[in-house]
Amino acid sequence: MASYSTSEFKGGLKIMQDGEPCSILENEMVKPGKGQAFNRVKIRKLISGKVVEKTFKSGESVEAADVQEIELAYLYSDGEFWHFMNNETFEQIGADSAAVGDTTKWLVEQDVCTVTLWDGKPINVNPPNFVELEIVETDPGLKGDTQGTGGKPATLTTGAVVRVPLFVQTGEVIKVDTRNGEYVSRVQK
Amino acid sequence: MQQSSDSWQPGLSPQRLRERAQCMATIREFFAQRGVLEVDTPILASAGVTDPHLSNATTTLSWQTDKQWYLQTSPEYAMKRLLAAGSGCIYQIAKVIRDDEVGRFHNPEFSMLEWYRVGFDEHQLMDEVDLLLQTLLQAEPAQRYTYQQVFKRYLNIDPLTDQGLNELKAWLVAQNIGDWVSQENDNDVLLHLAMSHYIEPLIGKASPCFIYNFPASQAALAQLDTDDSRVARRFEVYYQGIELANGFYELTDAQVQAARFAEDNQQRQTMGRPQAATDKKLLAALAAGVPDCAGVALGLDRLLMLKWGAQHIDEVQSFSIHRA
Repeated sequence: MASYSTSEFKGGLKIMQDGEPCSILENEMVKPGKGQAFNRVKIRKLISGKVVEKTFKSGESVEAADVQEIELAYLYSDGEFWHFMNNETFEQIGADSAAVGDTTKWLVEQDVCTVTLWDGKPINVNPPNFVELEIVETDPGLKGDTQGTGGKPATLTTGAVVRVPLFVQTGEVIKVDTRNGEYVSRVQK
Repeated sequence: MQQSSDSWQPGLSPQRLRERAQCMATIREFFAQRGVLEVDTPILASAGVTDPHLSNATTTLSWQTDKQWYLQTSPEYAMKRLLAAGSGCIYQIAKVIRDDEVGRFHNPEFSMLEWYRVGFDEHQLMDEVDLLLQTLLQAEPAQRYTYQQVFKRYLNIDPLTDQGLNELKAWLVAQNIGDWVSQENDNDVLLHLAMSHYIEPLIGKASPCFIYNFPASQAALAQLDTDDSRVARRFEVYYQGIELANGFYELTDAQVQAARFAEDNQQRQTMGRPQAATDKKLLAALAAGVPDCAGVALGLDRLLMLKWGAQHIDEVQSFSIHRA
């Protein structure tokens, strides 16, 4: 079983904690002038997404997590699994709803997503920062509101709801920032 | 500054260089006014430190290739030999080297202000440290609490009783910060964990905070209290999240010192660390007679971090290890 010493700790290192693969976000050495030194780390649990603080005695070993991130193109969903393909090897892999989570609303066919694998199985899917999706429903009217400050909700093909400016209409394709779910611009079809 | 830098440039601007020099000048003036003699002792010594949590860097020299020299982690042993030889009160601004210390508050090589006051006890020395911090940092007068007081105040636990130590372990396990905590049988490790994680962040915010009467198991080179052998006459200074200084009413008994060295090496064995050669010259000096005194070591780079509000030790040294 692979392991890391606390002296190897740094941001991005993947370790096992509480039976879950975790990524180290921050690592700080706490060393009293006299006495035991500690490594105080902030970690993100890669399955639950929780950020927690842990402390290790400096010099101890911690089990490594076999975690890798790969770029895969989204193909389709059969309702139970979301299928992705490696564009170089053409190998396909299915991620369950626990792994895909809320990301389903940003999945566009052929878009390349970052898939996190733990022991070869998908545990998380990150969409591209920007996706282009068609509006299937939004209030048509509200002409005359020239302020254009509030915007209005628009439902996209994936079910995602995004606030858009009043001039944007059903049937148009828009660009959305998936990190905050905000409208960026209209896209020429 | 985490990675090695290819830059030739120092971490200090010319203005900061002058401010650093001014700080050293103020320290020298402070001690000159009090008749404390400036000394300097070697970095290379034939023996190292036994403290199980410290590591000496070592080197060899070509004139005696089979001998290992230890780069000093503190000038303490040499300064005590000067005291035994009748130096009277002494201070030193020393470069010290500790292996395996790199971080925000740690550089392997750093500047330490260490001084010894003959005829002082630890409380008189705390008064003087307090005054120096007021002089250098314009700090408010310090607060003082015993180790037991802060544990009772912040954790409602008595660190000096077996019952309190059991309660401490249960409380630390409940914090869920590591599976190892429930398996830990070394009470000092648990006490250090509680102190560094749950007490230090709460003390010494507005003014420096002195903690004294440490548990006897953490005496290091301090005498035990003859009235309460559960505690040692050792103090630490904390200020704004930084551990700044460590002082003792100094152990001067050669036999007790030899026993502490042996205990350290015992603990090193338990921890799987190499045995450390004991400094026989220090033991001989103690046997010859070191006068009653109190001594303290203060991290000067950390003091400058506090003075300038620096976030990393690299900002207060000319060339930290990443630039060296």
